[in-house]
Amino acid sequence: MFEFLLKRIASIIPTLVVVSMLIFGLQQLLPGDPAKILAGEEQDPTVVAYLRAKLHLDEPLPVRYGYWIGGVLQGDLGESVRTQQPVLTLVLKKLPVTVELALLAMTIALLIGIPAGIVSAVGRGTVWDTVANVMALWGISTPNFWLGILMIMLFSVQLGWLPASGYVSPFEDLGANLAAMIMPAFVLGNAIAAVLMRHTRSAMLQVMSADYVRTARAKGLSERVVVLKHALRNALTPIITLGALELGTLLSGAVLTEQVFTIPGFGKLIVDSVFNRDYAVVQGVVLVTATTYIVLNLLADLAYFAANPRLRS
Amino acid sequence: MIKKSLATAALLLVGLAQGQTLRVGLAEDPDVLDPTLARTFVGRLVFSALCDKLVDVDEKLTIVPQLAQSYEWSADSKALTMKIRPGVTFHDGEKLDAAAVKFNLDRHKTMPGSNRRGELNPVTSIDVVDPMTVRLNLSAPFAPLLAILSDRAGMMVSPKAAQAAGDKFGLKPVCSGAFKFVERVAQDRITLERYDGYWNKAAINFAKVTYTPIPDATVRLANLKSGQLDFIERIASSDVEKLEIEKKFKVSRITEIGYQGITINIGKSDKAQQNPLGRDPRVREAFELALDRQGLAQVVMDNEAKVGNQWVSPTNTYYAKNVPVPKRDVEKARALLKAAGVPNPSFTLVTPTTSDAQRIALVIQAMTRDAGFDVKIQSAEFATSLNMADKGDFDAYVLAWSGRPDPDGNLYSFHGCKQPLNYAGYCNADTDKLLDQSRAERDPAKRKKLFEQITAQIMKERPVIYLYHRNWLWAYNPKLSGVREIPDGLLRVSGLKLAP
Amino acid sequence: MARLTASPSRLAWRRFARRRAALLGVAIVLSFIVLALGASWIAPLDPIATSWGAIRKAPSAAHWFGTDEIGRDVLSRVIWGTRASLLAGVVSVSISLLLGVPIGLAAGFMGGAVDTVISRITDAFLACPFLILAIALAAFLGPSLSNAMIAIGVSATPIFVRLTRAQVINVKVEDYIEAARAVGNPPWRIALRHVLPNITAPLIVQATLAIAAAVIAEASLSFLGLGQQPPAPSWGSMLNTAKNYVDNAPWMAIWPGLSIFLLVLAFNLVGDGLRDALDPRQR
Repeated sequence: MFEFLLKRIASIIPTLVVVSMLIFGLQQLLPGDPAKILAGEEQDPTVVAYLRAKLHLDEPLPVRYGYWIGGVLQGDLGESVRTQQPVLTLVLKKLPVTVELALLAMTIALLIGIPAGIVSAVGRGTVWDTVANVMALWGISTPNFWLGILMIMLFSVQLGWLPASGYVSPFEDLGANLAAMIMPAFVLGNAIAAVLMRHTRSAMLQVMSADYVRTARAKGLSERVVVLKHALRNALTPIITLGALELGTLLSGAVLTEQVFTIPGFGKLIVDSVFNRDYAVVQGVVLVTATTYIVLNLLADLAYFAANPRLRS
Repeated sequence: MIKKSLATAALLLVGLAQGQTLRVGLAEDPDVLDPTLARTFVGRLVFSALCDKLVDVDEKLTIVPQLAQSYEWSADSKALTMKIRPGVTFHDGEKLDAAAVKFNLDRHKTMPGSNRRGELNPVTSIDVVDPMTVRLNLSAPFAPLLAILSDRAGMMVSPKAAQAAGDKFGLKPVCSGAFKFVERVAQDRITLERYDGYWNKAAINFAKVTYTPIPDATVRLANLKSGQLDFIERIASSDVEKLEIEKKFKVSRITEIGYQGITINIGKSDKAQQNPLGRDPRVREAFELALDRQGLAQVVMDNEAKVGNQWVSPTNTYYAKNVPVPKRDVEKARALLKAAGVPNPSFTLVTPTTSDAQRIALVIQAMTRDAGFDVKIQSAEFATSLNMADKGDFDAYVLAWSGRPDPDGNLYSFHGCKQPLNYAGYCNADTDKLLDQSRAERDPAKRKKLFEQITAQIMKERPVIYLYHRNWLWAYNPKLSGVREIPDGLLRVSGLKLAP
Repeated sequence: MARLTASPSRLAWRRFARRRAALLGVAIVLSFIVLALGASWIAPLDPIATSWGAIRKAPSAAHWFGTDEIGRDVLSRVIWGTRASLLAGVVSVSISLLLGVPIGLAAGFMGGAVDTVISRITDAFLACPFLILAIALAAFLGPSLSNAMIAIGVSATPIFVRLTRAQVINVKVEDYIEAARAVGNPPWRIALRHVLPNITAPLIVQATLAIAAAVIAEASLSFLGLGQQPPAPSWGSMLNTAKNYVDNAPWMAIWPGLSIFLLVLAFNLVGDGLRDALDPRQR
């Protein structure tokens, strides 16, 4: 088992190296001269030349990569050329925001997806199956930016129940924070709910025909007990490990959701930085995101391993 | 008894007013908050509360004193002497005197990466005449100088703070405006709080100002409607009608000092020769004649724009009346194309991905089809389009300019030979001579004559086809009073009051 | 010779048909395909014909779905837009399959160093948020529908690489593969003729679900200005324009939004149905 563990941990490093090269390379592909974009309206040639030198833009690609990676390894992710703020500061300030959004979204997804999956599995082939399906799927079937705008129009403008934007830190005012986060969390969580529903459903179906469930039924236990106590408990393990893996989807979804709801998280930062050619920011943020994702994957793998004695040998 | 409760009530009201926060919604996230390095329009909105400048402009674009109490040109117009307002301090308590002004102007001119260097080019040196008087020495008379000093080049930051922070000053700016910097969460909020040492304290009625960037116009308006913002800038022209009918919020409209136009590649690169539009001025004339500017303003901007054909609007003093806005004439356009030997010219119109620009392109495509033009539309996001413009890798593209108070700011960089914003590649020695003359001429009447000549000259070639001047559209809480409609599109905080 | 039991594909179809949701999905997809193919006959008006006098008019007899911000008929644009959205979905996923499956086959089948390299690269791609990759690629290629499709297709390729590889590893140890090897078949032959046919089931399921995601991805890219360009209609770019007029011309957004929703929902239902029908554990 330890061998497996070590192998898994060791494989992270080459992956991270490839990620760093990938995201660095992608940035360089983007057309346009970042110095010109950052030089603003006036386009003063002196400023452009100064920016080119500052960003090492005239040096060969591997050298620039070296500058960046060297900084990263020392904890310096560079700074946003647009606002001069250090990327690390930006990351540390915004990471908790996106994390909170992701956690809230995941909670909502669990609250929708798991019951829907249970209902769909138990009522397989009946109209409840279709209903539960559509309910969970409608979230994944609508572009989240569109759903977001609709919700703002309804809940903020028409009904005035929730604020249209304006993130407040939960430590400052938990009520206001939740009020601002509930809609974007719902929009994001909807998409994940579908995935969770599917997996709950298939895990439940698998488990429901298993031996120990047949035994429980034979014993005369009510269907509800069978479902909730025995089937669900065993179906939960893969579902929960799946939750960690959906972080990637959440971050993708967060990109546009944060834009619409003006949540100052990673997603919004990345999009703006891509369009502004603020390389350092995009690279830094994606690197942090990717590392988090990879580490979570690793933990999920380990949890799976630990929960399944049969795999250990 | 009643007197006492009235007094208490009055005190409470005053207290309330004194504790109020003005919440402003911006259309973009400002860039670095350092007047020397700043480069976006939206940053100037924040500066208007944060950093005072030597002079300001009023509703008629007249220069009015701010940090400089008075000024005087020398007889040969090669020096501008300015008397500094006494008793002004920076947010860190440092005095604002002539030495500080000199420091700032030098900083604008010499700091690496400064975006003000080009603007202050004609200023060769700054002298401290006495503790409260500076003299700016020019290489040649330069009429736009005061207008330039009414923008970022005239903003004064604390020398002590600037020296301490170096080029990181923008992270914690220390200026001398009505409000001082508290914090900035990138893409979320810029918070400023009242500076108690402000020289015009009496005009300030807020304890705090927050600026929140919300790029999506619909969401920005939703925030105003749901009560989370007091003031938003740049509402969509399509939202104006409903707002005015509902009467729940006030709408302000001011015609901008900038413009919306189409730049045509007439000499920036070889591509100009490869396309009839770039090659033949008759084709360009036909193109202009095929346009219905009023129709464009109607469809694209819901009439929230003033039709124009020059870099200043028809109501501007320096508008050249000898080159009026042409009426649409499809027949003449077709005749011109026939004479030029290209009855069906085809070219690609590059447009940024903003919805306004795309609408313009679509409407133009439809309109000019009547005269025989086949316009292809190519979208490019901002960064790419800038690249294309720079390399001359385009036939024509849709461009907008935020505008400067002096017409020179809308003109020189665009139509002077090899100037940085001359994407059309227009180059004419006579025009350059006239441009330099117009810069040196301080007498408005003589200057106007020069502009008339310049306009006629440039319009023969049509490097840029100016379409219209958009209205700055603001929407705000009706309880907000004192909103000054100044054509530069920036909200001034002095005199603003929010009734409780 | 008569069959005692139905063939596996027959059984799969029966299982599929049992789920009403899946049948509904198929019906919707087929309807949209008909719309896309017959757009020129079905659409009442020219989708790019502008009309200055009829800007943002509410639905009426002349325009069943209303008109948009420069006077074009929304109904016709929605019908013509079906092509763009279906293409966006199908072409993107085809690209992913064409790139991902061979790479996954190679990784899974050959193992060793090839597998390690491919796996690390795939992991790296999967660690980056999908939409960011798509945005960067689309920005690089330039805004257009075809470039958006390429960007989405390439960004989704790692998913298929990983899926194919996992399936190949599962199947590699089966007896019939051993047999094929013993007979002396070259590896590429084994991969194509013996491995590939046996792993198509989960690939088809994933592909169907990926089409749904790709349609949404095109809409998202259009939201950012990187998808279908004017004046050609696509639901995503129609939504992008319509979001500015939600208050005074909601019909501009309702119809394309509803269409995206129905099409994506349909593909999801079909995909789920296929998964059920083809799931070997159900046999």
